[in-house]
Amino acid sequence: MLLVLFSTIFITVILLGPTLDKLLVDAVRNQVIDEVNQGTLKFQNSDERSSYINNQIELRSKTLGLDQDPLNPSKLVHRVVSVMTLDLGKSHFFTTEHGSSNVRDIIFEKTPKTLLLFTTATLCVTVIGIFLGTYVAGKQGSWWDKFNSIIAIFSNSFPSWWVAMIMILIFAFTLHLFPARATPLSSPSDPYYIFDLLYHMALPLITLIIVGFGSWAYVVRYFLINILNEDFIYAKRTMGISRRKILYSHALRNAGPPIATAVGLGLASSFGGAFITEAVFDWPGMGKLFYDAIGLLDIPIIIGLTYTTTVIFLVTIFITDITYSLLDPRVKGS
Amino acid sequence: MIGVSIIAFLLLLSALAPLIIPIESYKLWNDPDYWINNPKTAAPFWKNVFGTKEFEHTSLDQSDAIITSELSEGIRVVNYRFEINMQADDFPDDFMFLHTVKYGDIPPVLQIDITRPDNNTFTVYYSSLPTTNNVNNTFTDRIFSTNNNIKESLSQYQSFFIFPISGFEPQVIIFLDTSKPRVLEGMYQISQKFFLFDNSSSIEDVGVILGGKVYGIMGTDDLRRDLVVGIIWGIPIALFIGLTVSIFSISIGLIYGVVAGYRGKKTDEGMMRINDIFYAFPTLILLILLSITFGSNIFLIIVILMIFGWMGTAKVIRSIALQMRNFQYVEAAKLMGQSDLKVIFKHIIPQLLPLTFASVAISVPGAILAEAALSFIGLGDPTLPTWGQLLHDANTADAASRGIWWWIIPPGLMIALTALAFFLIGNALDSIANPLRNKNRKG
Repeated sequence: MLLVLFSTIFITVILLGPTLDKLLVDAVRNQVIDEVNQGTLKFQNSDERSSYINNQIELRSKTLGLDQDPLNPSKLVHRVVSVMTLDLGKSHFFTTEHGSSNVRDIIFEKTPKTLLLFTTATLCVTVIGIFLGTYVAGKQGSWWDKFNSIIAIFSNSFPSWWVAMIMILIFAFTLHLFPARATPLSSPSDPYYIFDLLYHMALPLITLIIVGFGSWAYVVRYFLINILNEDFIYAKRTMGISRRKILYSHALRNAGPPIATAVGLGLASSFGGAFITEAVFDWPGMGKLFYDAIGLLDIPIIIGLTYTTTVIFLVTIFITDITYSLLDPRVKGS
Repeated sequence: MIGVSIIAFLLLLSALAPLIIPIESYKLWNDPDYWINNPKTAAPFWKNVFGTKEFEHTSLDQSDAIITSELSEGIRVVNYRFEINMQADDFPDDFMFLHTVKYGDIPPVLQIDITRPDNNTFTVYYSSLPTTNNVNNTFTDRIFSTNNNIKESLSQYQSFFIFPISGFEPQVIIFLDTSKPRVLEGMYQISQKFFLFDNSSSIEDVGVILGGKVYGIMGTDDLRRDLVVGIIWGIPIALFIGLTVSIFSISIGLIYGVVAGYRGKKTDEGMMRINDIFYAFPTLILLILLSITFGSNIFLIIVILMIFGWMGTAKVIRSIALQMRNFQYVEAAKLMGQSDLKVIFKHIIPQLLPLTFASVAISVPGAILAEAALSFIGLGDPTLPTWGQLLHDANTADAASRGIWWWIIPPGLMIALTALAFFLIGNALDSIANPLRNKNRKG
């Protein structure tokens, strides 16, 4: 787990280090030229001026450690440590609502919003998925069952961000039910801010649920049907326990662990889709920040976000692992 | 079956693509000059079947014109007369007058008259072409509806109308009913008269374009590009990306899994740990990082997708190979002294091929969706019109909240259709080929 986290940061730093250095050198150059243009220094001719500028750039680059090769080991270690503590300096283009352009502040401001949207969506999808899947598994081959399979295949084929655009088209443009942009208009200090936020969250949330629940239900159904063919289920049925009870308590309980794994992996992969969906809806979370940062090539933000999302991603996988061991008593022993 | 027919249809379309639409259209996808004659953000023509009848895009060239030429007092007057039957509930979006003229010292004069169905004639443009010192000068120009000269000329005709026309655009005024603000339907005659003052002058090309609000089967986007072209060129690109990525990544997974399963023990343990690490990577984010650093080239995207596409197959194949290792014919082959390499390639892999084909089909949609997602964030190959690219452009232009549905629905549907087809084929193949699944199905 830690290995993955570490190697992701490492790859990120190796890949983006040179670009970041180049950007920093550019920043230093601009700064020096600005100072020369506004300063009181007088030069005899343009040669002297440019040599002064070059000297200054070299000096300042050295103090910042920019003259070293970006892949130099000591520098890499330093970078990795600073990424781990989110000590990434300032963003070039973005600020928080309070005006801070510190990368850490920006990411800390955006992360809760992504988590709010993503966890709410996940919870809804889980509940709907488990109940629908169980219901459908009890009625194998029925009209509902077929319908569910079709939905599952469809929701796997449609890109979630495209569904998001269609939702905007239907609900925001045609029906005027929800706002097309999910950024709340009122300020966070407003007492009604929370309602405004929830109102703006509705459309992204509905989209994520629509995209997600089909395949969830399908997974639940798949494992349940396997369990329903086991001998102990037949035994229970001959004992006279009602079908309904077998389905919801015995079968579902036994299908728990594989469902948890499958869903954990599914969650991890839908995370990316949710990110882009966020960007489509203009939901003020990490996904949109990522989208904008890529557009403007704001390297500090990109590195910081990569780190944060990797952490969240790994925590998600970790939680599924724990759930697995909670659901399956056999795992605990080993 | 449905899957196969969809793929066959897509293959047919991509094979026919060079015949239906000019090949250069995809190379010039990002060249605004190539698309200048198309209307801007026009809906598909079949939209007219429902609701209001919008003006359909009309583009007339020299061959549609009635050409008359007369000579008076040494001046040659060449008249290109275009007839347009206006039958729509709404006005055109804009218009353009095109001309290419060859002339020497004395520049010709161009006068554009429009005769309306109510027999009023508006002179919308009167101006001489720019002077030149070059003897054999060929001058090409297009006069847009936004031209000031046109606006001023039209304002002189206020007396024809019973209401003020100053607030209307030129393309509206020309087709405006005099009594109330709606379209005056009927036959319009647009004549472009060139006054030529010497014999060396000649007119090379003349045309009229009335920008419609509906155009073609799929309409156009903000940059006047015909969306049919984007959609159709997207097919071979998507199929190419999907198939190459899945074939290569499944092959990697196949060999990796077989080796791990066949060797077993420590090798297996180690290789599976590496597999787990790859599994735990947030793929999309790494994809984003890699394409930021290495630039957006379609082949790079394919390679990156391949590197992160093999883990699932490796896992499945390994579990099967673990069982196959103990099959008697494999053990027999080993006892006969065949090398591991030979056992793997001659005895194990051929058994797994049907399953491999199924996995290839199932993993194609993933590759197509991933490429679309990358293009959508703006990291795709900008030189190619992929479906993801179309949707990226649509999203940057806020197409969804502006209601430009024809820019959003078709590319997404194409992605979904292709993905769906491969899913269906893959599932069908899988239920035939996968030994693990068949066992589960016994009940």
